[in-house]
Amino acid sequence: MRELTYGQGIKEGMRIKMLENPDVFIFGEDVGLFGGCFGVTSGLVEEFGEKRVRDTPISEGAIIGAAVGAAAVGLRPIPELMFVDFATVGMDQLVNQAAKMRYMFGGKLKLPMVVRLPSGGGVAAAAQHSQSLEAWFTHVPGLKVVYPSNPQDAIGLMLTAIDDDNPVIYLENKTLYAMPGQVEDEVKPIPFGKANIKKEGNDVTIITYGKQVYDALKAAEILEKDGIDVEVVDLRSLYPLDKEAIFESVKKTHKVVIVSEEAKRGSYAGEVAAIIADECFYECDAPIKRVCALNTPIPFSGVLEEYVLPNAADVVQAVKSLF
Amino acid sequence: MKISNENIIEMYEKMVKIRKFENRAMNLFAEGQVGGFVHLYIGEEAVATGACASLREDDYITSTHRGHGHIIAKGGDLKYMMAELFGKETGYCKGKGGSMHIADATKGILGANGIVGAGHNIATGAGLGIQYKGTDQVCACFFGDASTNQSTFHEGLNLASTWKLPVIFICENNGYGISVSQARHQNITDISQRAVSYNIPGITVDGNDVFAVFEAVQEAVARARKGQGPTLIECKTYRWRGHFEGDPTVYRPEGELEQWKKKDPIPRAEKYILEHNIMTQPEMDKLNEKIDAMVEEAVDFALASKFPDISSAVEDVYTDIVEEGRSR
Ligand SMILES: Cc1ncc(C[n+]2csc(CCOP(=O)(O)OP(=O)(O)O)c2C)c(N)n1
Ligand SMILES: [Mg+2]
Repeated sequence: MRELTYGQGIKEGMRIKMLENPDVFIFGEDVGLFGGCFGVTSGLVEEFGEKRVRDTPISEGAIIGAAVGAAAVGLRPIPELMFVDFATVGMDQLVNQAAKMRYMFGGKLKLPMVVRLPSGGGVAAAAQHSQSLEAWFTHVPGLKVVYPSNPQDAIGLMLTAIDDDNPVIYLENKTLYAMPGQVEDEVKPIPFGKANIKKEGNDVTIITYGKQVYDALKAAEILEKDGIDVEVVDLRSLYPLDKEAIFESVKKTHKVVIVSEEAKRGSYAGEVAAIIADECFYECDAPIKRVCALNTPIPFSGVLEEYVLPNAADVVQAVKSLF
Repeated sequence: MKISNENIIEMYEKMVKIRKFENRAMNLFAEGQVGGFVHLYIGEEAVATGACASLREDDYITSTHRGHGHIIAKGGDLKYMMAELFGKETGYCKGKGGSMHIADATKGILGANGIVGAGHNIATGAGLGIQYKGTDQVCACFFGDASTNQSTFHEGLNLASTWKLPVIFICENNGYGISVSQARHQNITDISQRAVSYNIPGITVDGNDVFAVFEAVQEAVARARKGQGPTLIECKTYRWRGHFEGDPTVYRPEGELEQWKKKDPIPRAEKYILEHNIMTQPEMDKLNEKIDAMVEEAVDFALASKFPDISSAVEDVYTDIVEEGRSR
């Protein structure tokens, strides 16, 4: 075992594949010498050169679009956008091109590309630099979506993402970059669609991913003192989704709380709730709860941001409401 | 140069105000009193100042992530700006926006903006509104060199030129988009060249010469007010600080900053003012002291102000809907 941070885990995943396959390359704003806005690509231009670690102009449309084109002719690009919020600027290329080309062309094309998108709030970056937009991507057929919560998963999911022949949206939580964690010496790809049971429990299932895994674990600790035994499921992969793991847990606990940092309305958390209601309703003996951000943009001021974003206490409260 | 002495003094005062506000914000950030992303305007004061000196109170501007200078130049109040940096309820945006989103609709300030390139089209829309209503107002659109690589630059200038909208596109060419130098982000050196594509006037001026900026913008504003359409003005300048506070600026060639510091727009204006007996040195010193006091007053105001009540978080999303809060 060795210790890496979440950010280093993401980088390690990319490095391993870049060493293995010359067709894998990185581009984005300030990913070279500057090392990316959050330092994730630091050192890579020194190691791989400017051909494979490219600084781009500020042109998100061109960044995503060029990834689509390069992937279409056989490369495996890893474009980085500085913040998920800027995906809006490249959204046509992502939604109408990357996600649809294979299908529209009758399955004749592969688009192996991994779009890295730093997400989430908590750093006083205000409304245009703090969003959690996973539902936009999971809504679009043709995109796969993953969201690691720790260094080990960051590497494993990255390895799988790069080897995948489809466009993969790789979401990262910007408050986790510096978080250290133990990583196995021999890194292995983590298959998509495999959730990770972070904590086993019998009384209630908390389904979550990304940063909220830690809120859920903290809530579980608090609830334990009240005699409530919580199971925490880290989805890791939002699409494909590990329905089996979810249903298995629900069959055991019969109570579900879904936690995400998204604005609640139209959230991916809502989709998970709908799937459970659709396919596993009779196993539930209480309402399916969602703990999310409020339906507002993310405010700047710390007191407001803290209030708008969900935390462990909100999870505790939601769980208790089921008993 | 046909600029009145009052105008010259006013421009000087604005530049010093921006410099002192920014220096204070820099220290507050270093002390941890102000957080988030703070992009300072130090070194570029002549651009916003020279440009806004040609504008009336009822004219509009769009700003960028590096917006403090534009806001001050357009008449923003230091107290409300400072309170916003602190995230206080008395701030321009009630603490909801922070440094990157300061706006003051009463002064025609359509907002600083965290999305690079967003202003090009918003300014064009403001120009459309003006033309539609038939007034002689204008909109000045501030943006950086690197933002001219967004599709919005082309879309905005194309629309504004085709419809002859009263917009002045003012490019602050500070040579970088974060760490990427202009030579590495576009294949031209003079961004004003791009005006050719839209068949509008495009000029490059010394962005560290407040009077040069003033004259260029003055002419563009006159054209716009007469319904003759947009102008692209490129102001060559340099930011002294990192891209944002905390940026170690590893990408800067040695000596570059020092070269530009020699072209500091403020001493240049001071020299002109003293040489032309527009102010005496004691008058100038007094003005500086007055501005120091204003900045301190702004900090005191911010410190004395309250943080917003959490109930306000769910207000202002809409004009008529208050979103649900949560019980904590
Ligand atoms: C759409 C979008 N892409 C990227 C960014 C991140 N970003 C913020 S400022 C900046 C550089 C802007 O450079 P320029 O337009 O030259 O303005 P300057 O900072 O030099 O004043 C970048 C890449 C952003 N805020 N919005
Ligand atoms: Mg610039």
